[in-house]
Amino acid sequence: MFDYLTLKVIWWLLVGVLLLGFAIMDGHDMGVGSLLPFVGKDDEERRVIINTVGPHWDGNQVWFITAGGAVFAAWPLVYATAFSGFYFAMLAVLWALFFRPVGFDYRSKVNDPRWRNAWDWGIFVGSAIPALVFGVAFGNVIQGVPFHFEETMMPVYTGSFWALFNPFALVAGVVSLAMIIAHGANYLILRTEGAIQERARKAAVVAGALMLAGFALGGIMVANMPGFVLQPGLDAGSAINPLDKVVTLVPGAWLANFKAHPALWLVPAAGFLGGALGIFFALRRRGALAFISSAVAEFGVIFTAGVAIFPFVLPSTSDPKSSLTAWDCVSSKMTLEIMFWVALIMTPIIIAYTSWAYRVMRGKVTVEFIKANDKATY
Amino acid sequence: MISESLVDLSRLQFAMTAFYHFLFVPLTLGLSFLLAIMETVYVMTGKTIYRDMTKFWGKLFGINFALGVTTGLTMEFQFGTNWAYYSHYVGDIFGAPLAIEGLLAFFLESTMVGLFFFGWDRLSKVGHLTVTYLTAIGSNLSAVLILIANGWMQNPVGAEFNPVTMRMEMTSFWDLVFNPVAQSKFVHTISAGYVTGAIFVLGVSAWYLLKGRDVEFARRSFRIAASFGLASALSVIVLGDESGYHAAEAQETKLAAMEAMWKTEPAPAGLTLFGFPDEKNRVTHAEIHIPYVLGLIATRSTSKSLPGIDELEKKIEQRIGSGALAVKLLEKLRKDPKNPELLKAFNAVKADLGYGLLLKKYVADVTQATPEMVAKAVDDAIPAVAPLFWSFRLMVGLSLWFLALFATSFYFAAKNRVSEKPWLLKWALYSIPLPWIACEVGWFVAEYGRQPWTIHGVLPTHLSTSTLSTGSVLFSLAGFLVFYTLLLVVELFLMFKYARLGPSSLGTGQYFHEQQGSAGYSASPAAPRSGKEV
Repeated sequence: MFDYLTLKVIWWLLVGVLLLGFAIMDGHDMGVGSLLPFVGKDDEERRVIINTVGPHWDGNQVWFITAGGAVFAAWPLVYATAFSGFYFAMLAVLWALFFRPVGFDYRSKVNDPRWRNAWDWGIFVGSAIPALVFGVAFGNVIQGVPFHFEETMMPVYTGSFWALFNPFALVAGVVSLAMIIAHGANYLILRTEGAIQERARKAAVVAGALMLAGFALGGIMVANMPGFVLQPGLDAGSAINPLDKVVTLVPGAWLANFKAHPALWLVPAAGFLGGALGIFFALRRRGALAFISSAVAEFGVIFTAGVAIFPFVLPSTSDPKSSLTAWDCVSSKMTLEIMFWVALIMTPIIIAYTSWAYRVMRGKVTVEFIKANDKATY
Repeated sequence: MISESLVDLSRLQFAMTAFYHFLFVPLTLGLSFLLAIMETVYVMTGKTIYRDMTKFWGKLFGINFALGVTTGLTMEFQFGTNWAYYSHYVGDIFGAPLAIEGLLAFFLESTMVGLFFFGWDRLSKVGHLTVTYLTAIGSNLSAVLILIANGWMQNPVGAEFNPVTMRMEMTSFWDLVFNPVAQSKFVHTISAGYVTGAIFVLGVSAWYLLKGRDVEFARRSFRIAASFGLASALSVIVLGDESGYHAAEAQETKLAAMEAMWKTEPAPAGLTLFGFPDEKNRVTHAEIHIPYVLGLIATRSTSKSLPGIDELEKKIEQRIGSGALAVKLLEKLRKDPKNPELLKAFNAVKADLGYGLLLKKYVADVTQATPEMVAKAVDDAIPAVAPLFWSFRLMVGLSLWFLALFATSFYFAAKNRVSEKPWLLKWALYSIPLPWIACEVGWFVAEYGRQPWTIHGVLPTHLSTSTLSTGSVLFSLAGFLVFYTLLLVVELFLMFKYARLGPSSLGTGQYFHEQQGSAGYSASPAAPRSGKEV
């Protein structure tokens, strides 16, 4: 049906789509979780905030799990190399995430302020830490990571944990966290009213502005950092061992794709425009439009990073030929093809029943509603 | 070379986190269907007591489910973090069912479970019932795909090694999906989940009956659990037997170790019911041997023999020899990938590549292996007998115990005399922890019995890890231990709290703790206490 090269491009897009799905869906409840202790001033307000995402956080979290599974299936070398290389960062994400399911489900099951307050901070940690760490990880990927493959294709990471926290990566971390918080705040504008909505509005403006500033600063830094260039001579449509290629480092090379195809500038433009419109609509309390805008901003930010480094997906600074690209980090043609069909059929179905679930639970969540449904809500 | 302590620590961490995850999975599998059954009765009869049953057992389901989700995250990412070489080597095949699990099953289960809890007032009766069924179907579909992945580790069909990419690649998706080991494992595992769910409901209901609290509520729950449990316990045993048949075909070493078959069992193969295996002298003391039975289970015949450890070791030694050649040829092939003669020679022995890799534990250049090293590798290739022999018998013993409990409960529930039998109620109550033990030892038999491989016959465990420092894994292991202990304490605290509260936790005003001065008997007005209904 498709040739191998087409499937490799499709899977690069699909991984991007899954990451975007994660940012839009799990992103908004992580944003809500990050804002929980600050936007909710008392127990009832916090319950309102939690119950805006209560029926949905679990389904949303599956975007994260599925993105992980899809990377395993379609890009096994990336799954193996990145997860073992970023070992402590992955542990931080994982352990922080532990507090989300239990935080949501257990918090209101005991009527004790200390218990509830502790879980509120647990939800905060489980929401803010992953968003921050993902940004930091992407910041490192864009700069390249020190790793190489042995002859057997065993990945060996040679960097340290603390080296992950360099200036560019921290900027990327701030962009990621601010983006998620703005998105969550916009969702709260849509689903709450009164004092909570007002605080969410302020958060949307501050976080939106921070995201825009960070994205611009990151862009300037990327324009000046060394990028990776794949030397010609590789048959991208065949099965390739990653070690069988030549890669060089060239300053400013991460802008090469944009220069070659100027239409691609629309991608970062979507990031800026979405961010600005998010602030615009948040100020006018137009929750739905603000939410759509911040989703567009997420598309812009994530795909800007992907397009800039394409076809690279995990460049190596210590051994450039070990760098992983969309051509050589992939599964066999058969696996890519089967997984493509599964994703093509299932994704619209998932989007359909998720939309239905949101429709069933639509409307504002209020303090009165929580009081009336004390035992049946989080 | 990978240090042995790194491999051991990585295994310990995986075993611990997997065992821990499986504390929550079977109850999710079993309770989700019990909830669907209870709600079906509610929708069909309109009796609110069944709605309350669905909601109350649903609360306990939710407490358990939260930790199932939490600990499942670890499982999804641990292959990458701690088993990087494994992930590279077999990701092409193994990753697919995991990704499909997310797309096909886990999305469905997780989206619907939210509506199960929050959608009672927003959906029609049938609409909500559909949501409950979709939750149950989602969780069971999830188990299918995970067991397809796991079944492939036991019996790696539909794949072959590609010397260019240095990994296993899929050759047939249908072989992977319809792997007989995966199919029998799936049905065995979900029935074990149903048994767990049924004993949980049975035992907790028995406690209410012993206390004389919420009797109508408890009696109906008990009856549903007894019927569902009886069917499940029967299927767990029948389908476990089916697993034995497939284990015999795919993993002779596992079966030989489980059964302490030191020597080949001539046809008709007999079954060792009991005994004390002695690994050093390779005999089983005080053996109780039943002729014919194992032959029937494992070969479905009385005319086939079953290979014992002695015979298997000879086969393995041969395969290690030819595997060492495959390893050597592969190294040459990497330097000269287009050489047709090398490729031909490699293809002739590549089925034994994994056996050659077994030697890597002892020597970097496998062609330099001494006879002692080969002997050690052969010895490694048979899992330790005693742990498998005992845990297998424990699991089977427990399953018979459950069958007896369910059969007795079903009998007295049908006669409506459960409340008069405190011994039965106590039996049910104190049996609550046992299905968890059975599930965990069952997994132990399956996975410890797979050693020394992560993928049977393809990739040895000692080559499968990441290149991490021992300290890093020690740190993460300690972290998991701390977090998981804390979470378990919290979970058990809530589980006990809500089980003690009983249906009073729903706030309907109908139940025991909500009725001051009540003698403890309560039934919702729509469901008068006649006892004859259900």
